[in-house]
Amino acid sequence: MTGTLHAPLRVEFDYTRSLGPVLSRFMTGLRDRTIVGARASDGRVIVPPVEYDPLTHQPPTEFVEVGPGGTVSTWSWVSEPVPDQPLEKPFAFALVLLDGADTPMLHAVEVAEPSAMHTGMRVTARWVEEPAGHIRDIACFVPEDDASVVESGGFEARKLAPQPPEKDPVSGIVTPVRLDYTYAASPEESRFLRGLEEGRLLAQRCPKCHKVYIPPRGACPVDGVPTTDEIELPDKGIVTTFCIVNVPFLGQRITPPYVSAYVLLDGADIAFLHLILGADADEVRMGMRVEAVWRPREEWSTTIENIDHFRPTGEPDADYETFKAHL
Amino acid sequence: MRDVAVVGFAQRQMREMEGSPTCVELLVPIFAELFESTGWTKSDVDFWCSGSSDYLAGRSFSFVSAVDAIGALPPVVESHVEMDAAWAMYEAWVKISMGEADTALVYGFGKSSAGQLRRTLALQLDPYVLGPLWPDTVSIAALQARLGLEQGQWDEKEMASVVARSRASGADNPYAVVAGETSVDELLAEQMYADPLRKHDCAPVSDGAAAVVLAAEDRATETVARPAWITGIEHRADGQSLGLRDLTRSPSTAGAAAALGGSGGVNGVDTAELYAPFSHQELILRRELGLSDSVSVNPSGGVLCGNPMFAAGLVRVGEAANRVMAGTSDRALAHATSGPALQQNLLCLLEGRS
Amino acid sequence: MGKQLAAVIGVGQTHHRAKREDVSIAGLCREAVDRALEDAGVGFDDIDAVVLGKAPDLFEGVMMPELFLAEALGAVGKPLLRVHTAGSVGGSTAIVASSLVQAGVHGRVLAVAFEKQSESNAMWALSVPVPFIMPVHAGAGGYFAPHVRSYIRRAEAPEHIGAMVAAKDRRNACKNPYAHLHQPDTTMESVMASQMLWDPIRYDETCPSSDGACAVVIGDESAAASVTNPAWIHATAMRTEPTTAAERDQVNPQAGREAAAALWKQAGITDPLAEIDAAEIYVPFSWFEPMWIENLGFSVEGEGWKLTESGETEIGGTLPINPSGGVLSSNPIGASGMLRFAEAALQVMGEAGEHQVDGARKALGHAYGGGSQFFAMWVVGSERPAA
Repeated sequence: MTGTLHAPLRVEFDYTRSLGPVLSRFMTGLRDRTIVGARASDGRVIVPPVEYDPLTHQPPTEFVEVGPGGTVSTWSWVSEPVPDQPLEKPFAFALVLLDGADTPMLHAVEVAEPSAMHTGMRVTARWVEEPAGHIRDIACFVPEDDASVVESGGFEARKLAPQPPEKDPVSGIVTPVRLDYTYAASPEESRFLRGLEEGRLLAQRCPKCHKVYIPPRGACPVDGVPTTDEIELPDKGIVTTFCIVNVPFLGQRITPPYVSAYVLLDGADIAFLHLILGADADEVRMGMRVEAVWRPREEWSTTIENIDHFRPTGEPDADYETFKAHL
Repeated sequence: MRDVAVVGFAQRQMREMEGSPTCVELLVPIFAELFESTGWTKSDVDFWCSGSSDYLAGRSFSFVSAVDAIGALPPVVESHVEMDAAWAMYEAWVKISMGEADTALVYGFGKSSAGQLRRTLALQLDPYVLGPLWPDTVSIAALQARLGLEQGQWDEKEMASVVARSRASGADNPYAVVAGETSVDELLAEQMYADPLRKHDCAPVSDGAAAVVLAAEDRATETVARPAWITGIEHRADGQSLGLRDLTRSPSTAGAAAALGGSGGVNGVDTAELYAPFSHQELILRRELGLSDSVSVNPSGGVLCGNPMFAAGLVRVGEAANRVMAGTSDRALAHATSGPALQQNLLCLLEGRS
Repeated sequence: MGKQLAAVIGVGQTHHRAKREDVSIAGLCREAVDRALEDAGVGFDDIDAVVLGKAPDLFEGVMMPELFLAEALGAVGKPLLRVHTAGSVGGSTAIVASSLVQAGVHGRVLAVAFEKQSESNAMWALSVPVPFIMPVHAGAGGYFAPHVRSYIRRAEAPEHIGAMVAAKDRRNACKNPYAHLHQPDTTMESVMASQMLWDPIRYDETCPSSDGACAVVIGDESAAASVTNPAWIHATAMRTEPTTAAERDQVNPQAGREAAAALWKQAGITDPLAEIDAAEIYVPFSWFEPMWIENLGFSVEGEGWKLTESGETEIGGTLPINPSGGVLSSNPIGASGMLRFAEAALQVMGEAGEHQVDGARKALGHAYGGGSQFFAMWVVGSERPAA
């Protein structure tokens, strides 16, 4: 069997982002179906508002309503949308210079094909049904209805009153971020994991220093050379040190309390973390002899979890002197 | 400040790397190759510095496993930037210039194929007003391309010429992932991918790693016959805000080039390795740098032939340095970029001495 | 021209809290940056370069945040770097910034470090399951607790030492208006009574998860001449060792010992215990105080806990450790290392307010990261370093 092992890896979280005063004005405006820009020290109306003026480095103090229509200053076609973009079918991203603004903002434009896009075209925001105070309250921009007549330059930027709006301002947004990866193990890890699939514990010895590593590292951490010599180890060893995990946390896969211990297999020079069961937590000791308890064979795959846990063998503990160098 | 030179370079590039995203499997042979070419052992390296990204790997602290490739016992002096390794090289150059190290080994790596690169890079954007739209990196570059096309600053033939020339040069580069003879007409006949960009206008998604060895003064001349002396190195950043920048320009590149002026600037370079992940961006860079037509641009083929993220900037340095060390270039420029639409840029001048 | 002199000329930090819901990421950084600039008496235009440091991008879900923060940090048109060396990053960021000045590249550099970990969840971010790896350990505490057990065994340390440290650091934090945890009623007994999280580490012996930022302005001699109380950088050191190796000592890591030895040598210090007036060291779990006391060479191996037990690490003792309250009282992970470095500077600048160690003239800032494998440290002093 060749090639490295792969497994999917999903990294996801719904990030909660607090906004601070300037972005809060912008997002609160979106919730109210308005688009708010900030006036910079040089007089330009910047949309979306910058948190700090480019020249003075201070937060802007004057906010101005712009849009909801504007002109496309440039665009590109997304022929193969990626997950979570504003549209699932092909669409355009565009920089849209909203009426009353001096700088364009990025958003999506929904049209059927690239030929429907051109720089200078008029577009207007299409809002979602229930805006929450988020850039996605604008579902996308769409071409302005030809029937509506908008005189170019006829919109006057309305200066907003300095008092905050009556309803509670939007102070935060939630942004789900989900990334999918194909995670590949190194060739050494793959051999180790395939060995586990057969119920074997395959360690690797560095050809230079002769230390035995299990699980293997990408290279001998001391010599920086591949640890190519393979040796099989028994599934018995000792606990060098351990802790008792009492704390639940997001993403945890084993229910606390449990003993998380460094297990030094007989013949290995490094220990690895695993689970100790079959003893009360307060009976686990440094130096305790343990053996692997494997899951049923039919459940085995390429994972260290084929070993469900380690349990005490009842043999006498290893003398502290014999393993203290492994702490 | 002391003189610092590049005295070694090694790389590996492939479409898809078979192995872990920490790239230890690539780094070990790369380091071995460098020790072979320099005659050094790991104890000759005073400072190790790397560039990589957790988000490329999908795993926090992904650079930590790469440290295994060093063999860091006894302990070493080591640092890391979450940026292209060209900036790690900058950190190493600073350390050597001030005398805190005589030598450094700088490395970068990236396994873009593990994820969906153009989507992942959307996370580089402002997390409030841009990120939640997931603007992929190709779309952003395409916006920039259209601005220049419609303003008459470049045309699609020029863009295709960049691609054709790059791919032809790449044919001589054993590390190129995409290469070969093609014509402007053939390229323009291809359909649009991210209008106005065609697929070939975009750097391929590929994997790889690279490393460069730096040495000071006498150490450099003891190691190779013709070190590539770093006679200038500067970097600058622009703001990210897409509405506030003129996307058809690269002020940070111009700023870095002006700062190099003290060392003669980019005048007189015969070779330039530019990190332009999109064909039109080479045109922007050339203009900001004021490169004349006599300059050999991207003789390696550049990143249009292979774009190992977080190593590609260092590869530009290595490719330029190789030519200086070989004597085919007397004065070369290497450029690296980071962020959307050429937001941040680094320039490095490399020279040979007779 | 060799290494030039460099000094901290301004320090700023945020009010560290579990959740800073009143600011954006940029706002959090600016709170610290604005305070540092004001302390230094300079504006953005006086800054030549910006160095940002923080821990994994995953914490806030932003990749390479220096890019979107360039405008807010005043870095447009300037050199901008982002350092990431795991937990030691705040310290290594300050070291990279000081190198830029010492190498004569820049006259004034702004170093910033932050973490806004309430945007996600620190335990999740530190424990994202990776394929093929057994999901046994539970965050940082779960990783370090077994090694704490090893220390206790090796040093034959009495059980209450960890609790003593926690009580001391929490009481110190009450004198630090920026600290996250203000728990004036903490005593050794109350800590001993708190729940075990990862036995032998108790709840009250554990750092909080904080949002916060720290910034320092580092300048050359001429920049230092415009402030009355620069903190001169006497020495810096960084060392790294592998995560897992047959010869690794996880309790008293070689990289830490060697970094400290190099640091004392560079600073001309032969008796650290006598010559250092205050130490801000990275103690996220209380038992790391005695462990680092030994690792840094303040005591011989096996006896670090005795220094703690004697009370000499309290403010007023021979070696006040973490007068600011330390990581145990505020832990915005990416910033924590820089906070140690900055608090050391505040001590010799005489700006530590209520938690000032009287007459502090030389102080240590220390940070570590990863599996106790990355070390960054510096010595700062109120006087110029000896030539």
